Amino acid sequence: MISLAGRDILHSWGKFVFTGVGLGLLIGATLTMAGVYRGMVDDARVLLDSSGADLWVVQKDTLGPYAEPSSVRDDVYRAILGMPGVSRAANVTYLTMQVRQGEKDVRVMVVGFEPDAPGAPGHLIAGRRITRSHHEAVVDEKTGFRLGERIRIRRQEYTVVGLTRRMVSSGGDPMIFIPLRDAQEAQFLKDNEAIANERERTAANPALNRPGVPGLLEAIQASQTSSRSVNAVLVRVEAGQDAEAVAAPIRRWKHLEAYTRAQMEEILVAKLIATSARQISMFLVILAVVSAAIVAFIIYTMTLGKIREIAVLKLIGTRSRTIAGMILQQALGLGLIGFVVGKISSALWAPFFPKHVLLLPADAVRSLAALMVICAVASILAIRAALRVDPATAVGG
Amino acid sequence: MGGHGIRIEGLRKRYGEGDTAVDALKEVNMTVAPGEVVGLIGPSGSGKSTLLKCLGAVIEPTAGHMTLGDQVIYDDGWKIRDLRALRRDRIGFVFQAPYLIPFLDVTDNIALLPMLANRPNKEARDRARELLDALDVGHRAGAMPSQLSGGEQQRVAIARALANRPPVVLADEPTAPLDSERALAVIRILNRMARQYDTAVIVVTHDEKIIPTFKRIYHIRDGRTHEEAGEGRKV
Repeated sequence: MISLAGRDILHSWGKFVFTGVGLGLLIGATLTMAGVYRGMVDDARVLLDSSGADLWVVQKDTLGPYAEPSSVRDDVYRAILGMPGVSRAANVTYLTMQVRQGEKDVRVMVVGFEPDAPGAPGHLIAGRRITRSHHEAVVDEKTGFRLGERIRIRRQEYTVVGLTRRMVSSGGDPMIFIPLRDAQEAQFLKDNEAIANERERTAANPALNRPGVPGLLEAIQASQTSSRSVNAVLVRVEAGQDAEAVAAPIRRWKHLEAYTRAQMEEILVAKLIATSARQISMFLVILAVVSAAIVAFIIYTMTLGKIREIAVLKLIGTRSRTIAGMILQQALGLGLIGFVVGKISSALWAPFFPKHVLLLPADAVRSLAALMVICAVASILAIRAALRVDPATAVGG
Repeated sequence: MGGHGIRIEGLRKRYGEGDTAVDALKEVNMTVAPGEVVGLIGPSGSGKSTLLKCLGAVIEPTAGHMTLGDQVIYDDGWKIRDLRALRRDRIGFVFQAPYLIPFLDVTDNIALLPMLANRPNKEARDRARELLDALDVGHRAGAMPSQLSGGEQQRVAIARALANRPPVVLADEPTAPLDSERALAVIRILNRMARQYDTAVIVVTHDEKIIPTFKRIYHIRDGRTHEEAGEGRKV
């Protein structure tokens, strides 16, 4: 038996291809939206993986350090090191800011870390690790900086000595790693005018500047300008230890919050990017509806253009299911063309997106299945119209 | 096939009910022998289209009797359950315009009918080529309908009507869009095919050019048929 749908597609291939390309671009946008969400989840996981931590110890009652601000004293890590099951503990700071890169500003996450400890940058793709205590930086390649270039962060300048890849924040901002002490200053130290102003205010306060207590004012002023806070303490537990079992006494005795890897992933994926995920889901639903409307409209219009032929086909004894099958196959064919175009186009434009777009084969398979269902549903209107055609319309007036 | 190609007795068709009922066919009697071509003529609104639709099993008559070959197909009700198969296998249709399927080539336009009747593709295409050769359009077998002239399209439409060797072909104003020469050529072909394939052909027409070619003509007026002898002019 002749494939009526196939012959019709071949006969009016231009119409099918152009419609398929239009539909494909829409599907490409849909796949990209899904890829953006996957990229966000992947960024979050990479962030956690690259930190090399089993536990994140943060300020009590916060979801820090990525989802909420968190501040803990920088000597807390010593107490944590003494807890049972803890192998390593290191301070880290995270600061999202804009830095100047050539003629443009780049949004980055500045990470303060301690060498060879949890939180340090992972694999370097170029250059070396930081060997000096100050003014050296390792940057993610997405920042656009190259080895030897200088970065201004607050009041200090840093020389890029190493490059990393895929070291980004949960928001997709590339990371700049600098020594912890520098990062603490960058995050917590005020500018000179603010410090001078604060000193004057403190000196003018009679409660803090008592004539009979020498050294009090200087001590208070020193404490105001020193930066003794970090955002989190990253903990690595001893081999074979259960992270949750190590976290429980930290929460109980140190009055801090301690999150395991699974809990931190839950915070990042389910809480931090949940709104974005819902936003993307809404877009996906809208794009699916628009795709269905386009397929329905095109197939319906094409079917209406063949009403006389359909009447003749019915008159000469073509089964209704053959005609319905022809329209369904055309809708599915259109969907297939659209999917191929969409898959290719999304793969072509994904690298140019500012954020990581992760196109998973499983998502493509799911999209194809969803598209086939959408096309099948979209063809119902056209099939109904075709089945309503009276074969008598082919005869006489 | 023995007996008559098609025999119709006392066929009636009423649209609507009660006060609004319209009797489109009041008393239609007609007999067309195998191999014979008859004309069916009448003014607009006389019931030609209704009769054609009843004969083509696309609408149901109200009463009467129809025999196709030796088989009674209607006797105050359809005697055939599968009217779709009846139309496919036993009735050929030629329309005013050829209405070829635009996305099938000439061969497949014809072969589609045997294929719909579950004949093997090769057999269906062989039959199509045989008909195309018989109608002198064998050289256009691979062409698409849009590449054919009006006359060639109408010949292909005739070939399609004959594809399943039906005992009867209903031709609905098949020469309307053609000039005199081509119109007469179509009638010549219908006569030749009717003889060659032992098919009864009913030609509904207004066309003054071809009316003199029929040996027998059925006039239909106010839903009633009247038979008269035609000129039977050679074409």
